[in-house]
Amino acid sequence: MSEKTGTNITKAANGSPKPSSPNSDLKNEFAAFLNYAPAPESSEHIEIKDRYQHFIDGDFTEPVKNRYFKSINPATEAVLSEFAEGTSEDVDAAVKAARKAYDKQWSVLSGKERGKYIFRIARMIQERSRELAITETMDGGKPIRESRDVDVPLAAAYFFYYAGWADKLKYAFPGKTPVPVGVCGQIIPWNFPLLMLSWKIAPALAAGNTVVLKPAETTPLTALKFAEICRDAGLPKGVVNIVTGAGQTGAALVDHPDVDKIAFTGSTEVGKIIQKSLAGTSKKYSLELGGKGPNIVYDDAPVDQAVEGVINAIFFNQGHVCCAGSRLLVQEGIAEKLIEKLKARMDSLIVGDPLDKNTDIGAINSKMQFEKIEKYIEIGKNEGAEFYQSSSELPSNGFFCKPTIFTGVSQSNRIVQEEIFGPVLTIQTFRTPQEAIEKANNTPYGLASGVWTDKGSKIFETGKSVRSGVMWSNTYNKFDPTSPFGGYKESGIGREGGLHGLYPYVNLGH
Amino acid sequence: MSNPVYDFNEIIPIDSIGVKERVSRLNSRSIKKESKVAGLKLALSMIDHTTLEGKDSKGKVEQLCSKAKMPYSPMPDLPSVAAVCVYPSMIAIAKNALRGSSVKVASVATSFPSGMSKLSIKLEETRYAVEEGADEIDMVISRGEFLKGNFSYVFDEIAAVKEACGEAHLKVILETGELETLENVRKASDLAMHAGADFIKTSTGKVTPAATQPVTLVMLEAIRDFHSKTGRMIGMKPAGGIRKAKEALQYLVLVKETLGADWLTADYFRFGASSLTNDILLQIVKQKSGVYQSLNYFSND
Amino acid sequence: MPNRVPVLKTYKTYVGGKFPRSESGRTYAIKNNKDKPVANACRCTRKDVRDAVLAAKSAFGGWQNRSAYNRGQILYRMGEMLEGRKTQFIEELTARGGKEKQALHEVEASIDRFIYYAGWTDKIAQVFGTINPVASPHFNFSSPEPTGIVGVISPEDHPLLSVVSLMAPVIAGGNTCVLLAPQFNPLPAVSLGEVLQSSDLPGGVVNILSGYHNEMTDHLTSHMDVNAILNASGDKSLRKLYDENGSISVKRVKHYVPENWLSESVEDPYLIQEFMEIKTTWHPVGM
Repeated sequence: MSEKTGTNITKAANGSPKPSSPNSDLKNEFAAFLNYAPAPESSEHIEIKDRYQHFIDGDFTEPVKNRYFKSINPATEAVLSEFAEGTSEDVDAAVKAARKAYDKQWSVLSGKERGKYIFRIARMIQERSRELAITETMDGGKPIRESRDVDVPLAAAYFFYYAGWADKLKYAFPGKTPVPVGVCGQIIPWNFPLLMLSWKIAPALAAGNTVVLKPAETTPLTALKFAEICRDAGLPKGVVNIVTGAGQTGAALVDHPDVDKIAFTGSTEVGKIIQKSLAGTSKKYSLELGGKGPNIVYDDAPVDQAVEGVINAIFFNQGHVCCAGSRLLVQEGIAEKLIEKLKARMDSLIVGDPLDKNTDIGAINSKMQFEKIEKYIEIGKNEGAEFYQSSSELPSNGFFCKPTIFTGVSQSNRIVQEEIFGPVLTIQTFRTPQEAIEKANNTPYGLASGVWTDKGSKIFETGKSVRSGVMWSNTYNKFDPTSPFGGYKESGIGREGGLHGLYPYVNLGH
Repeated sequence: MSNPVYDFNEIIPIDSIGVKERVSRLNSRSIKKESKVAGLKLALSMIDHTTLEGKDSKGKVEQLCSKAKMPYSPMPDLPSVAAVCVYPSMIAIAKNALRGSSVKVASVATSFPSGMSKLSIKLEETRYAVEEGADEIDMVISRGEFLKGNFSYVFDEIAAVKEACGEAHLKVILETGELETLENVRKASDLAMHAGADFIKTSTGKVTPAATQPVTLVMLEAIRDFHSKTGRMIGMKPAGGIRKAKEALQYLVLVKETLGADWLTADYFRFGASSLTNDILLQIVKQKSGVYQSLNYFSND
Repeated sequence: MPNRVPVLKTYKTYVGGKFPRSESGRTYAIKNNKDKPVANACRCTRKDVRDAVLAAKSAFGGWQNRSAYNRGQILYRMGEMLEGRKTQFIEELTARGGKEKQALHEVEASIDRFIYYAGWTDKIAQVFGTINPVASPHFNFSSPEPTGIVGVISPEDHPLLSVVSLMAPVIAGGNTCVLLAPQFNPLPAVSLGEVLQSSDLPGGVVNILSGYHNEMTDHLTSHMDVNAILNASGDKSLRKLYDENGSISVKRVKHYVPENWLSESVEDPYLIQEFMEIKTTWHPVGM
């Protein structure tokens, strides 16, 4: 290092004169900046009870068979709380409560008044947003930044949007007079617990229905806090009922003869079972099932933004997203460059404690899911694909998975065909747009797709040709209460969000 | 070493919403405790403490230099800033005031801020500044020519100024506020780097908007791709409009997550600012003492 | 001309724009209300179902890509062609013993129904599509698209009108279909194929099979390439079978049994909407 007396030019590695800045030697002193210090969101002042019960007819009620099961925090494997196991008796009580509330109160109330209750709920979600975000993170493993910035605000927004529809339904279905369906049984998954709850309950209530909702058995907490909000908002008893439990509780709800409609979000496998068990009944149903989203990047795409989009499409929420862009289809011309940038970007992803505000990728939701993902990674390797995993360090406890990509795969590989529901991306190249579209459509799924290109007409042509319910163009994983979401083919039936999200919850008489 | 070949017809599409989203995500990084203190000190060490006013005087420049050497006397171990930046006529004063310190003298040149003059005059001004002792030259590109599509003109001009710089290092100001689109910013960045810039800089500070995070991110990405292509490291300087320490830290996050640790030094990243210095000092002292500070306790030159 | 021998009609199927017989070669007798045979209809098999689905599938891309205007014109022409063949259809409807006045009523209602749906093709997107005001800087719109191939199961009553009422909304939206004609009186439905073909309807958009429903419906409703089922048969026990079969590939299953096929309430754009998928597109808005 030169003396601190003005210019002393040395040569840089590339041969051009390197200004020896006075402070260049002090880089080591600032090294602490490079590894972001832990920035945990404090979970003090967040109440999580030791035990939660069902919420039936406006009160927390003991399960009939008095059995409880445990729920853990997947990031620490520590037990968070106990939840009631819903048996068919509990489901029956809930459905009765929902029916009574429907007949006596909710269907009698004007749309205007109904709307006001729903607005209240939206506001209260906003008020308790920090508590809900932290609870969501602890219960399910998703990064606090996601719960805080995406899940909870969006959940409030869905309630706000649908609250406004309650007294305006006559404008939603030209030529028809909509009437509510009645009592709705709703079963939601563990990947976006509170958000999925809002997608189900908000339109149902707005359209004049009452509900019995069963949250996923690994993530019931925010649903139960939502129940508190319903109670605090003065929602008439029985309009919203929450029954916790696992698969059998859900089956009891599906099979209950006094439920008018079933709404289910989950795997295609279970969706088919539910559709089958409803055969011959007159129950309405809507299904939001799995996906294997193609993300198409043309060679005229804005590359750096496409890289971000690809990363976001598959690694956001640990890849536990039905609409994830889990199949990258990249045009040959930029494939090498894109994949190189992708790898570099993956290495900068921070996998860690979900409660740390700097964490990009949190914990896998459960041991079962973790093992499933590992299994698929093995399958991928055995199928002969090349894989790359990010160099992110993993915490020693809890269920964590490194972001993974597979190249050298073809359409017939299992990892390209089957939904993995984890941070695993397969990468295929294509030469012509037609090829990309064929590959994109060559799947029984059809939930969401992405396309990246700078050319407008290509966006529209690709959008028109790819058979999926959501077409993200030069963006990915965007949600909004005004925007309908749902699948073609085996990705489901019906839409959630927007005007079209009302259809599953009304009878139009045809 | 010869310059790498640049294709003037190259178009790099950029989606501005995607850029903004990336910036937004990076801004949600939470920098606490020792990371924060280290970051603040690092940012301080990267400042080009600047005065570029028609009414600059000997006194003003000397005060500026004094602050540059010792930003806060109660904490003499804090790093000094990287450089002071002045008009050519003030170089000699600055050199004198900074004698014995490690702070560099940067000077604007080439008919700053407009650049509306002929090449020979711009080159003469550059040579004058270098003779006066400037370590670094901040030039402006000809925006009119750029926006007309006359890229080779802009390229040649930068190359000529670079030559006139001799041993001094060259920062090329793109004046991104006048380029408006991110695609133009990218193009101007690539052009400047291929033409010989050592640093690419956002703004003169005389036009609004000056430095913004989306513009900075695009320029950092250009630098990354250039490095990938040629192995050369080019520096980046956002200038104007960065007044708060919190923003400065956010810029450092942009650099860290786009280019990595190698660029996190005053050799490759500078802040063109004046009031930022005090805000950083305020935050440093607050971290140390636990007490919120007042500007009354910090010299304002 | 006295003692002229009339040329009896051979009733075939309408598949892929042509009139093939069943691949099995089998037929069954269609009897009138006095149990006297009036014609032979094809007794289609699962292979015929398979071939019809194949035809419907190959026609889908082209039909979907026709402009809404073009589809409307073709549906309108169906109305024109049917009007021109009024007498033929009245005869076919009365051949089994129905009254002429009722047959006329049914034929006229069928024509009007074609006209009704012809007018919907270019309005569906406007009535059922939306522009969604998302909170982020994106342009976001939802447009209805046809779901694909629809399996249609006709009822026995109003054998012409019911078939028209089921088929028209399905294809108005851009879907293609495989339609099982009424079992006991398939003749009007099969003859309708002539109307469709002379209307410039591309081959394969509508495929009409006749035969015993219980030999065909199981295959139709479980076929993995069929995207939706429109069941108007009204038989409760079959309903369960169709629902179960539908669940194998998450088909959209609609059971539709109107009280009166002649009622105007059967003319309903929501029957079009039942077989449309809503696709929502996002794109950033920025310079």
